[in-house]
Amino acid sequence: MFAETVRQAMQAIARNAMRSFLTILGVIIGVAAVITMVTIGNGSSQQIEADVSKLGTNLLIIRRGAGMGPPSAGRSAPSFTIKDVEAIKEQIGGVLAVAPANTSSVTMIFGNENHETSITGTDNEFLVARDWNIALGREFFDNEVSGGKTVCILGATVREELFGAGDPVDETLRSEKFSCRVVGVLEAKGASSFGQDQDDTVLMPIKAFMRRIAGDQDVASIYVAVQPGFSTDKAKSDIEALLRERRRVDPGEEDNFSVMDTKEISSMLTSVTGVMTGLLSAVAGVSLLVGGIGIMNIMLVSVTERTREIGIRLAIGATEGQVLMQFLVEAIVLSLFGGLIGIALGLALGYVGSNFMKVPFVPDWTITFIAFVFSAFIGIVFGYFPARRAARLDPIEALRHE
Amino acid sequence: MSEGDATPVISLRSVTRVYGEGEAAVRALRGIDLDIRAGEFVAIMGPSGSGKSTAMNIIGSLDTPSEGSYRFLGADVGDFDRLQRALLRREYLGFVFQGFNLLARTSAVDNVELPLIYKGIGRAERREKAIRTLQRVGLGHRLDKDPSQLSGGEQQRVAIARAIASEPAVLLADEPTGNLDTARSIEIMELISQLNDEEGLTVIMVTHEPDMAEYAKRIVHFKDGLIEVDGLNGTPRKPALEHADVR
Repeated sequence: MFAETVRQAMQAIARNAMRSFLTILGVIIGVAAVITMVTIGNGSSQQIEADVSKLGTNLLIIRRGAGMGPPSAGRSAPSFTIKDVEAIKEQIGGVLAVAPANTSSVTMIFGNENHETSITGTDNEFLVARDWNIALGREFFDNEVSGGKTVCILGATVREELFGAGDPVDETLRSEKFSCRVVGVLEAKGASSFGQDQDDTVLMPIKAFMRRIAGDQDVASIYVAVQPGFSTDKAKSDIEALLRERRRVDPGEEDNFSVMDTKEISSMLTSVTGVMTGLLSAVAGVSLLVGGIGIMNIMLVSVTERTREIGIRLAIGATEGQVLMQFLVEAIVLSLFGGLIGIALGLALGYVGSNFMKVPFVPDWTITFIAFVFSAFIGIVFGYFPARRAARLDPIEALRHE
Repeated sequence: MSEGDATPVISLRSVTRVYGEGEAAVRALRGIDLDIRAGEFVAIMGPSGSGKSTAMNIIGSLDTPSEGSYRFLGADVGDFDRLQRALLRREYLGFVFQGFNLLARTSAVDNVELPLIYKGIGRAERREKAIRTLQRVGLGHRLDKDPSQLSGGEQQRVAIARAIASEPAVLLADEPTGNLDTARSIEIMELISQLNDEEGLTVIMVTHEPDMAEYAKRIVHFKDGLIEVDGLNGTPRKPALEHADVR
């Protein structure tokens, strides 16, 4: 009997294929939107975790200002100096590498090619801290670092943009403020979260950076890699104590700098993505509700339109329950169709979107299942009222209806 | 259909039906008594507004009397709720309407299967029964046609097949020939009287055409909500002998 009801519902839906499709469009869009959002959100979170773990699990990043707020928040706090870097190197136990890092943007020119990229002033320990290898050429020589020579190491993207497949080593790049000789090329690391290309970078000795680009002796941030087997938490609190002393932060006063480990960075970034995903999914959820109301509307129209049919069915022996069931099942089948199409569309859009945003495609089967169940639920809720109206029709009146 | 002669299939006593209330009340039936026994073929006649359609609706358990009693095979239908009345229609009654009332865009055989679905009969048995019934009314060659592909006479045959497929005790026909030309009307009436003669199906038919009423064995005249004349038709018209259900 139930299978029969479903079969009849399918027939009724197929008889009005176009209208049925328009009816469920709201549910399709709602479900697709939720699934797309969740899929891309999941992919972004996973990408962030992967990126951050690429930084290394034993990495600490020290920046001025409290927390990881907008740069302006740290502007009032004093910068670090090369001496701070050396103090950490000498006084903190268990550190593997300590590197200053100042970053700016710059347009590099070679021949007819030019390319806008970011340039970081640092030293060889940056490569250790970031676990980044040289693919071609060499690291900086010590005298290049201490003397602030204008030499540079290119990220894979910069090399590709300016030299194509050619060998850049010993070539000289120009920019507005300086020119530098290429000594090496970094291994490709790939894109990071939010589509940021980590290989789109140029490294140069920090002293050269200070003299040619920044024009001061400030160090913006410090990368510290902790030796395997040593506690990052211990290193972190040691560094905090040291820097408070060096920066003369009074006891009881807040740090005017922050030391973050990769776990914190990761959880902070993923929580941002989580909030975004949640908000967008909520909007999508509202469209699901609207879709449900659309189904109710059309089912009500359908009941009025099919009044005579209902009268015939009642006259030839359908019970009230059977008519109720017929219309309810029709609404449920409709919204389930909507749900299924929405799921397929959502997964497809999620796949395209993930590729576009260069994040992994991570479908969430729980949400998919919930979306499916929820669309059935919408059919029941919004189908019940029209179905009850159909079932309660007076057969004589219904038969007279034209 | 041999329910025995003792208990009438249908028994109406002092049945009234009043629509509306107070000053505006319309008394469609003003107290009728009517017994119909198994195997009868009754034509109900009368001018419009005479109460014949109201009586038909009450007999068909689509409507309930305002006062008086309606017993179907001895059971008091007046006590029935909506569900019980639906079940009464499903198990014991078959309806044929003036306007055929087939489901559009639904094949003849699917239309005939409909009451069997509601009875809960399995798919294979249902289909076989529907096909057999359509053959019985001479439409074995039109099984898969939609109502729009059938002539009026054919549509009414499908409707009759749908009404009798579930083997009801009583066939209720409301102006079954009202939308048909004379030749088609005669075919339909011959089919109905055949079913009455050969299978003992009890038939109650509302009509305003005396020619059609001639097929019935008993004619009841309604006037102003009362039964005016209730008499046997001594010489009911018989189906032409050569008419058969082959084709």
